[in-house]
Amino acid sequence: MCGIAGIYQWDGKTPDQDRLHRMIQTIRHRGPDGTGVFAEGPVGLAHARLSIIDLSGGHQPMANDDQSLWVTFNGEIFNYLELRQYLVDRGYRFSTTSDTEVLLQMYADKGEDCVKYFNGQWAFAIWDKKRNRLFLSRDRAGIRPLFYTTLRGAFVFGSEIKSIFAHSEVKREIDVEALDQIFTFWCTLPPKTAFQGVYELPPGSSMIVEAGKVTVRSYWKMDYTFQDEAEKSEEEYAGILHDLLVDATRIRLRADVPVGAYLSGGLDSSVIVSLMKKANASLETFSVGFADSEFDESGFQKQAIDYFGTKHRDVFCKEDEIGRIFPDVLWHMEKPVVRTAPAPLFMLSQLVRDARYKVVLTGEGSDEILGGYDIFKEAKVRHFWGRHPESQMRPRLLKRLYPYLPNLQKQSESYLKAFFYVRPDDVNNPFFSHLPRWELTARMKMFYSDEVQSKLGGGSVYKTMEELLPKGFLAWDPFLKAQYLEFSGLLPGYILSSQGDRVAMAHSVEGRFPFLDYRVIEFAAKIPTRLKMKVLNEKYLLKKSFQNLIPETIRKRSKQPYRAPEGKSFFGTHPPDYVMELLSPDRIAQGGLFHPERVQKLVEKFRRGQAIGLKENMAIIAILSTQLLVDQFIHHFEERIAYGGH
Amino acid sequence: MEAIEKEVRCFIIEHFLFGSGGNGLKSADSLLEKGVIDSTGVLELVSFLETTFHFKVEDHEIIPDHLDSIGNIVVFVDRKKKSA
Repeated sequence: MCGIAGIYQWDGKTPDQDRLHRMIQTIRHRGPDGTGVFAEGPVGLAHARLSIIDLSGGHQPMANDDQSLWVTFNGEIFNYLELRQYLVDRGYRFSTTSDTEVLLQMYADKGEDCVKYFNGQWAFAIWDKKRNRLFLSRDRAGIRPLFYTTLRGAFVFGSEIKSIFAHSEVKREIDVEALDQIFTFWCTLPPKTAFQGVYELPPGSSMIVEAGKVTVRSYWKMDYTFQDEAEKSEEEYAGILHDLLVDATRIRLRADVPVGAYLSGGLDSSVIVSLMKKANASLETFSVGFADSEFDESGFQKQAIDYFGTKHRDVFCKEDEIGRIFPDVLWHMEKPVVRTAPAPLFMLSQLVRDARYKVVLTGEGSDEILGGYDIFKEAKVRHFWGRHPESQMRPRLLKRLYPYLPNLQKQSESYLKAFFYVRPDDVNNPFFSHLPRWELTARMKMFYSDEVQSKLGGGSVYKTMEELLPKGFLAWDPFLKAQYLEFSGLLPGYILSSQGDRVAMAHSVEGRFPFLDYRVIEFAAKIPTRLKMKVLNEKYLLKKSFQNLIPETIRKRSKQPYRAPEGKSFFGTHPPDYVMELLSPDRIAQGGLFHPERVQKLVEKFRRGQAIGLKENMAIIAILSTQLLVDQFIHHFEERIAYGGH
Repeated sequence: MEAIEKEVRCFIIEHFLFGSGGNGLKSADSLLEKGVIDSTGVLELVSFLETTFHFKVEDHEIIPDHLDSIGNIVVFVDRKKKSA
């Protein structure tokens, strides 16, 4: 796992090496084991290395034998051994044992179609000297990041936006339309980022830059059209899923350094540890605990540790610690967030790094592909009720939603019905499953400044989302629609980035995700929805597949989503100085994005200890993280770079 | 009734809307449909009514018919005060 950056100029000059060094130095946390820069002709490539495979070889940027191809690569091609053999059989020779060289030779053999053969997580750029073009690609699920911008006469890219901003000619401005997306969906919609003119390469896409022209092509998309295939028996589905996960884990244990695992005490991480045990991997696990019992899962973690016999380390997260580290977390996330949940994961990756581990396996992706989230359950109940709105019995199922939210559980049945009320037209809305979440989140927009309101001019973010929907989406089963929205939206936009790559790589830790092996993803797309969520039993088939292989109490417990203390992290006995400073009316007015008086009222509510609602907690985190983003990336970028990652 | 409405409206605008959009909120508007109140907001509203108007809101009284618009709240508060 590494950091990459580069420049392609069509102004006749060769990119400046000092500039490339500066760009890669800003993301040195992604690869502290060495840096390399290559500049020749119109292209400059830079690389910061975290050595995991072929520790002595594998330096980058790497060239092929005749130096007609150069690559800078962040990620892993887990099936590189099989691909290497395939290439050897076709007459290719290798001078290292790295997956980087396999990637390069696969490009030599297959051209841009090479990515279709890769099983892995990647963001890379290949300079194809003979064809005078730059080829860039990002993995199917969007595990590894890749950002870019275009200047007059140049294309600039990097693993993180800060490496692009290290190019002195790139402008740094907030994109208010992107902000509006985050204040609805919790994330930007690709290719937008929080910054104007800086884009991300969408997951499952490649791009070609040649003759001053940038072309993006999708090579893979989540597809549920295989649902019509002849169904297998429940046992067959469970067996295939199990076997695929065994192999997905096996190839993700390929490394020349030890591989650990996150262990949350939930179903997915327990499944991963059981698979590691089956592969005879060493079992070192890591977890985070909370003082507040509403968030803490230490009890279940202990059960899993005892059951699997892992060597375990944990870090204890206190509310004020979240407030203290939040500016550093934001520096790495590079976008506003509505939740603090990335902060404890930032602490967890520090723990992993302190234990001298560079790689962890985690359970990300399972909820999206196998039907684990409560939003699927909520949509199922609302849909069931919406078909017969006069029913008195159906809305009683609402009581079974969100058992871990005490304020919701205190509500009367009539209020629950009112909260989850299904309007007659809702069931036909393509976003039926996600409208309650998005509408709740969008209420934060009351804090926008008048200038932002007028700039946005009432434009609809839903229209942009609609344009991204795949062909045939409207005809899909409602459960599949909900799954698609999670898989293509929040998973790459928040879970794998703000909660994933960015906070892990902040401490040079690589996450690997067996559930996001493309074979598992594509198989999961074929599983009938009734086996994903049987009535209201989430991830039913996964539970069946791992019966007797994980602790029974964990297999049978209902889903407890990972959450962390929210707004109160910033308003304890000793609030961090930056909080009151950045939320002060003067600074809010100076930023121009939010309404100073309204924000002040919100702050006062928090200071009185009266802000306990979801909407208010999301709002304060969203406003504070936006203010931090402006402060660090717009106003004090040079100082922040000088200060370093932490 | 007018004094109750003034007090309730002021609380809702300051507490849930943070000073925004109060002028557009009609007495008959549904607080849920307008996105003014969420599940926690209902509990906050009940706590405000109990503290300000000195009566207890029983569990069975926490229903949208009583609390989902400023108009409904005013009628509910007035009735509770009279029966106290």
